[in-house]
Amino acid sequence: MKAVYTKPISLTETANSYCPGCGHGLVHRLVAEVIDELGVRERTIGIAPVGCAVFAYDYFNFDVTEAPHGRPPAVATAIKRCLPDRIVFTYQGDGDLASIGTNEIIHAANRGENITVIFINNAVYGMTGGQMAPTTLEGMKTTTTTKGRDVKVAGHPLRVSELLSSIEGAVYIERVTVIDPANVIKAKKAIKKAFQNQIDKKGFSFVEVLSPCPINWGLKPLDALKFIKEKMMEYFKLGVIKDSTNSKESK
Amino acid sequence: MENNVIICGSGGQGILLAGTVLCRAGLLEDKFVTWLPSYGAEKRGGLSYCAVVISDKPIASPVIGRPEVIIALDNIGFDNYENVLADKGLVILNSSLIKREVKRKDAVVLGIEITEIARELGNARIANMLAIGVYAGISKSVKLESIIAAMEGVASEKYKELVAVNKKAIEKGYELGKKEK
Amino acid sequence: MNKTGKKIFINGNEAIAEAAIIAGCRFYAGYPITPQNQIPEYMSWRMPEAGGVFIQAESELAAINMVFGASLTGTRAMTSSSSPGISLKQEGISYMAGCELPGVIVNMQRGGPGLGNIQGSQADYFQATKGGGHGDYRMPVLAPSTIPEAIEHVMTAFDLADMYRTPVMLLSDGILGQMMEAVEFPVYKSKKKLPEKDWILDGAKNRKPRSVFSLMMQNPTILEKHNYKLAEKYKKMETEVIHETYLAEDAEILVCAYGIMGRICRGAIDMARKEGVKAGLFRPVTVWPFASEVVSKLGKKAKKVLVVELNLGQMVEDIRLAVEDNKKISFFGKPGGAVATKEEIFAKIKELIK
Ligand SMILES: Cc1ncc(C[n+]2csc(CCOP(=O)(O)OP(=O)(O)O)c2C)c(N)n1
Ligand code: SF4
Repeated sequence: MKAVYTKPISLTETANSYCPGCGHGLVHRLVAEVIDELGVRERTIGIAPVGCAVFAYDYFNFDVTEAPHGRPPAVATAIKRCLPDRIVFTYQGDGDLASIGTNEIIHAANRGENITVIFINNAVYGMTGGQMAPTTLEGMKTTTTTKGRDVKVAGHPLRVSELLSSIEGAVYIERVTVIDPANVIKAKKAIKKAFQNQIDKKGFSFVEVLSPCPINWGLKPLDALKFIKEKMMEYFKLGVIKDSTNSKESK
Repeated sequence: MENNVIICGSGGQGILLAGTVLCRAGLLEDKFVTWLPSYGAEKRGGLSYCAVVISDKPIASPVIGRPEVIIALDNIGFDNYENVLADKGLVILNSSLIKREVKRKDAVVLGIEITEIARELGNARIANMLAIGVYAGISKSVKLESIIAAMEGVASEKYKELVAVNKKAIEKGYELGKKEK
Repeated sequence: MNKTGKKIFINGNEAIAEAAIIAGCRFYAGYPITPQNQIPEYMSWRMPEAGGVFIQAESELAAINMVFGASLTGTRAMTSSSSPGISLKQEGISYMAGCELPGVIVNMQRGGPGLGNIQGSQADYFQATKGGGHGDYRMPVLAPSTIPEAIEHVMTAFDLADMYRTPVMLLSDGILGQMMEAVEFPVYKSKKKLPEKDWILDGAKNRKPRSVFSLMMQNPTILEKHNYKLAEKYKKMETEVIHETYLAEDAEILVCAYGIMGRICRGAIDMARKEGVKAGLFRPVTVWPFASEVVSKLGKKAKKVLVVELNLGQMVEDIRLAVEDNKKISFFGKPGGAVATKEEIFAKIKELIK
């Protein structure tokens, strides 16, 4: 992390309304820095999800659209196909992407859409007040699993990156987190690669970010980071899950 | 003058194609035409039909409630449409496959061994063309040359070698139909 | 391949697809459902040939959201489906209305509710004209009754969509989709002076970034303002009424029908007139906006009003609102996917005149 805070051009002056210790703001910043560094701000179109990041269009200083809950990959597909030389990315939570939008993400990956997907895994539905998400850990308490997630009735947490890795059309999938400076640097590198892949026409690139939601986890910001390190990373292993970037011809 | 006809039989008998050839023949004579098929379950063996209207004026209804003419190529088709035939309507009946008695006593029935004659001409599958030949011969709704030209127009490359035998079938049918008037 | 200016024998589905291409549609996404499959099938080869994008989407939900995305880029975009699939598209239609994105949705109706059947039907009139999706929006709905008219109004639909930045529906049915008729494709020329698309997202180059959204949560007056702005637009849209009458001026029996039933009723009216019965037709082409004033006037003069639909009675409610004397109004419907024939309608007319 840079010692001095300089705002990327790709972020607006608007102060974001995320809770203290939330991962969204930090990941927005990483995305904005990458877009600045790649010099593509003027040809970038972002798709905001339904979820806490719904107002992303107020925070990013480039063209951004809303999309119905779970549908950003379908919207992105059409934008990219109509304007192939623009840089198109979706930014989605785990309710958006891994629950209501599983169909859209799987098929966008399967078509090998040349887009970038930033997937925020915070193990809960943030915006609606902390209900269970597909990614909620076993035993984890949420407002709809007050005794903890019982995998016998609610199923096991869904490993979306691993799931997508079996899809031929997905060329690059990495799971990262933002719990400390070293991991933030890695996360930024992954995000940059996912955008670079799109510029190089390599195909569908996907970065999953384990991200804190202290409010809905009922934890202090620092404890939330610890929760990720001790609990989430145990189940959701960090690292490159798939990378066939080098074997893919530009398309 | 408006002519309407329902062609009916089973999937695989070329019912829908026969209807479109009839329509295209009408078009060659600058008439108004509509064609409405059965759809969805066109698997081999199931009921297949189409409704054809040929007219000098714009056509209001592509749906034929009480057809003046029914071309019935087999029992499945005939069983389904015998009832709706207009009073004193005409049935062109493929007597090679429909052996049962006609229930509609008011109907004018023209029984022809359509499949058998088609086979003698070289291919049982051209029964559909023979049947519309008969219809044109008796109804004069379209000219013989128009049907032949329409058939030639739709024959895909793959079936070009069948054009001659289809033409024979249409001519034979027309001759049989004409005799009836 | 250029199809304009030649007489072509074609089914309704393919005609609608080609008309869209001629109208400059360069994006199509759809999902298979009978009886409209010829539209995606035709688009799958025709759209790339025309330099556009065809996508077989993973669902109707995805398809309408792809239209949403394509529309954002300023591309003329269309999707098509039949009743069950149109239910799934309601989400996207509502978002397009809220985000003010143009696009054309074709519904080749089939019988319902549920899976129903695949025969022609007019059971989605309420869904199409009274909302369908959530939220307080209106959407122009065009209901052609012949294939040439379907071609004309696919083009109208794209113009209305761009004129008012709105989704527009072409409400047709399985019969019109499956039947064949001779048509001549016209050369497309917009009848309207269309506004410039100064709202599209194509990268913030040499301009301020833009955003497209329908969420207005910050403070309640914002959404209210937005909806009043939309209301202004709907008022303008209400002037886009299209309808047809046939022998209606002196009609003692006014038959009201739209779409496929509109043309079949015309046949019944010819039968009636031949027997000296003064029947006439009112046929709305736009079922929203609805030509209420026209029906109101005609309804005053007529002794009886007969509404014919392929459902249990939906447009009849709009007729009741427009015609003062509700006792005059009768309804004749076929809710099972079978079509009312002209003979049946004629019999009904005779019954009423007795
Ligand atoms: C069709 C539909 N269903 C439900 C909702 C309500 N809703 C809004 S946000 C959300 C979940 C968001 O959770 P997630 O995607 O994990 O994002 P987060 O808020 O945690 O960032 C839900 C269910 C909606 N807006 N639309
Ligand atoms: S609820 Fe959670 S995800 Fe949403 S802003 Fe607050 S911390 Fe972030």
